[in-house]
Amino acid sequence: MIIESLTTVLNKYGMISGFAVIGITMWLSYWLSDKLTNGRLHGSAIAIFIGLLLSYFGGLFTGGQKGLVDIPMLSGIGILGGAMLRDFAIIATAFGVHVDELKRAGMSGIIALLVGVFLSFIAGAGVALAFGYTDAVSVTTIGAGAVTYIVGPVTGAAIGASSEVMALSIAAGLVKAILVMIATPFVAPYIGLDNPRSAVIFGGLIGTTSGVAGGLAATDPKLVPYGCLTAAFYTALGCLLGPSLFYMATSAVLS
Amino acid sequence: MIIYGVALLSLCTLMGLFLGDLLGVLLGIPANVGGVGIAMILLIFGGSYLVKKRPLHPKTEQGIEFWSAIYIPIVVAMAAQQNVYGALSGGPTAILAGTLAVVLSFMLVPVLTKLGQPEKSTIAVTANN
Repeated sequence: MIIESLTTVLNKYGMISGFAVIGITMWLSYWLSDKLTNGRLHGSAIAIFIGLLLSYFGGLFTGGQKGLVDIPMLSGIGILGGAMLRDFAIIATAFGVHVDELKRAGMSGIIALLVGVFLSFIAGAGVALAFGYTDAVSVTTIGAGAVTYIVGPVTGAAIGASSEVMALSIAAGLVKAILVMIATPFVAPYIGLDNPRSAVIFGGLIGTTSGVAGGLAATDPKLVPYGCLTAAFYTALGCLLGPSLFYMATSAVLS
Repeated sequence: MIIYGVALLSLCTLMGLFLGDLLGVLLGIPANVGGVGIAMILLIFGGSYLVKKRPLHPKTEQGIEFWSAIYIPIVVAMAAQQNVYGALSGGPTAILAGTLAVVLSFMLVPVLTKLGQPEKSTIAVTANN
């Protein structure tokens, strides 16, 4: 009876439950950051890691595709972390941006975008070749998946990839996003990711919105708007190039 | 009032996403072309325009700052709904493809960051001449 009432409330007030669960997770993470790493590893990095870990188990136990959100009682986290509020909050971070910093990094940001999309595609396509895929459609789709997990299926659908290859390309994009979230705070000191300029370039090179948003949040929240601004154009650029230029180039190389 | 800030943020968001969607349709891409980025630029320039004309009321700013501050919890919620299980069950091809893309991109961050810098100093040198 108690459980029933509790479930009813948690489900009915999903977003509020989301605030509570995430708030407790944040508190725990900052506490762990303080006690275990002496504050060296950001609390937000730990929180993101806990989130990813829980979503692994969510997927494992429910068989769904939305991690923790597939557990009915926790579906409210889906509203909180969904595209609408995520984009709203990302845009809000732009309020503290210095226009001069942005202007100075503008051109490098555009170059980083082009280089980033090409580089990720080539990496993905190269791995696909190494694993024995030889047809242009599959190689292009897997390469596009390494750009982002949206570019993969968009490209695959446009050029008629098999559903197995599509799933693979989505998985490649997910691996990229998740790895960026986890690895960025550790790698940041070695790649000079500590100023607005390198953040703009980072956003352009990596591009996957959730990866950049999570990775920068775990590294230094001040850098978030600079990285997310360039990353905002990455998926679209990938969707533009994937089924057209990349597919044609891959077909030409493989024939 | 706080709602003025939230409304300004909402209008920038909707406007940016609308323009991004329109761009996508014009270019024939099934994706929103930089909607979030356009919205950010609108907020940055709209914000600085308003501040220069007449500083935003602190209460109005709070309406934007709240959402900026709630960003990290939202990202944690986002992390909790990633398809981590799906990513790992994609097997070695998917894991290697994603990982290689990330490693190469990370490696190029310092390269591209440096690339723009000498350009600036050359400009400075020519300006001195």
